[in-house]
Amino acid sequence: MTDYTIEDLKGIARKLRRHVITMISTAGSGHPGGSLSAADIVTALYFHVMRHDPANPHWPDRDRFILSKGHAAPVLYAALAECGYFPMEWLTTLRKTGTCLQGHTDSRLTPGVDMSAGSLGQGLSVGIGMALAARLDNKDYRTYVLMGDGECQEGQIWEAAMFAPNNKLNNLTAIVDYNGLQLDGFTRQIMDLEPFVEKWRSFKWEVLQVDGHDMKQLVEALQKAAQVKDKPIVIVAKTIKGKGVSFMENNVDWHGKAPDKSQTEIALRELA
Amino acid sequence: MNDYAELTTREAFGKALTELGGQDGHIVVLDADLSRSTMTKYFAQAFPERFIQCGLAEQNMISIAAGLATCGKIPFASTFAVFASSRCFDQVRMCVAQPRTNVKVVSTHGGITVGEDGSSHQAIEDISLYCSLPNFSVVVPADSIETVEVIKAAAATEGPFYVRLGRSKTPVVYRSGCNFKLGKADVLREGRDATVIAIGIMVYKAMEAADSLEKSGISCRVLNMSSIKPIDRQAIDAAAVETGAIVTAEEHLLHGGLGSIVAQALAAGTQAPLASIGIKDTYCKSGKPEELLEANGLTAGDIVDAIKGVMARKRRQYNSNRTG
Repeated sequence: MTDYTIEDLKGIARKLRRHVITMISTAGSGHPGGSLSAADIVTALYFHVMRHDPANPHWPDRDRFILSKGHAAPVLYAALAECGYFPMEWLTTLRKTGTCLQGHTDSRLTPGVDMSAGSLGQGLSVGIGMALAARLDNKDYRTYVLMGDGECQEGQIWEAAMFAPNNKLNNLTAIVDYNGLQLDGFTRQIMDLEPFVEKWRSFKWEVLQVDGHDMKQLVEALQKAAQVKDKPIVIVAKTIKGKGVSFMENNVDWHGKAPDKSQTEIALRELA
Repeated sequence: MNDYAELTTREAFGKALTELGGQDGHIVVLDADLSRSTMTKYFAQAFPERFIQCGLAEQNMISIAAGLATCGKIPFASTFAVFASSRCFDQVRMCVAQPRTNVKVVSTHGGITVGEDGSSHQAIEDISLYCSLPNFSVVVPADSIETVEVIKAAAATEGPFYVRLGRSKTPVVYRSGCNFKLGKADVLREGRDATVIAIGIMVYKAMEAADSLEKSGISCRVLNMSSIKPIDRQAIDAAAVETGAIVTAEEHLLHGGLGSIVAQALAAGTQAPLASIGIKDTYCKSGKPEELLEANGLTAGDIVDAIKGVMARKRRQYNSNRTG
């Protein structure tokens, strides 16, 4: 927990978005759309809600975070760098030979990354393991898992969704970055997830719905999650893929493509 | 006499795990609705708070195990070998092999001796799949006594670990005890004329074959290669140099299993005629374990024939070298 105001947090989110654009542009490849849609959620977690210590990434009592949608790695790297887990200069090494910042998250290489990801649908289960460990060890840390909405088409998500409430895991918060788009198009056309909230409720989760770009709503929901005593909670955050860059917003073409030089300039200007 | 000798390998596993659980509170056990068959039920009874019932969800089970491991637990995840390998392979790759989490996958009902359940339940690809994963250790114990040592080694060795056990009772190889070392072959019997390198239930059959060959004056070395990965290249090389003819024997597909791995080692080191006994690119049928072994050429008699075959090739090579 920090003393940042909501306005401060909005500014940090904007900064993370600028990093995302610069990183992916420099790398020449990457996933801007899903990184930008998750920027406010990641900001709320790392700069306000989570208990963590950048000087001690393996602190046993830290809150855990799993970026299950591992392709949004740039936004997590940006947050970790801004927190001080590693030097800012690393950010421009994204995806390059010899870098500690792999295309998808790698817990063996990047300080502050609690678990590798990239093959979708697995993070919620990993988070369950961490939450179970906390319970076994009588520790009060919380585990946060950020998933994509397209990712929720994976069957394993629903195996995990069944497990967590049956084990009354009240120390687990799942967040869905519901931007409505996936690689091939709109989720409602590719494989409709609706009725989404009802699905989670019927699996016995506590569900909160927020605007995933409203920092106040996000912070309040994340704090409220810690007060649910008998079950896990999922926050369905309605977001816009590519949020903050006009030509990327809600445009499927920007799922996994780097902006060129002039596009980068425009994007950075819009995010200034 | 060892208390474990009369048990199946899975029963020995269940008991050994429970014993270890009493000594080390970090050990947690996960199962996917098969604890009464994998024998993790013993652990569940002794330490219910450290037993995690996952229901029929192997993918979830493996990723949960990985999450537990990142928090310092030593998770043992168990199910049948068919499910432990192919059902959750991506989870094993992504959450265990790549991040090198300290997860132990112990499968039971490996191979065709699962018998009557038929091909859907006969794991014949699992060793190949697990050996293909970087960072994994892969072990197939020869009997219940070695199983206990392997389980202890799995708990004590940091990193991903796969152990394959069987369903039926396995004849005892290690009556007078066993000293398992990861990465080391065990020379069960010395010999000059040929070597059988075997794993799992085929180790006992290799010993039977060596006994029978001895009667016709053939001296056959027997190596238990329970540690398939890392494999003991030195022992393979020594067998090639000192006996000059090699047969491998496994209850697994020839492709990607012990036979393939030994062939690779021989090709890179000292070369010797090699014959491999295993399942030949086919799925098997329902039937009694011994009948299935016979139908698929996995008997002591098949090993004897293979030994004679590689020895004949060795002689021919020797003769052609002399005349050439």
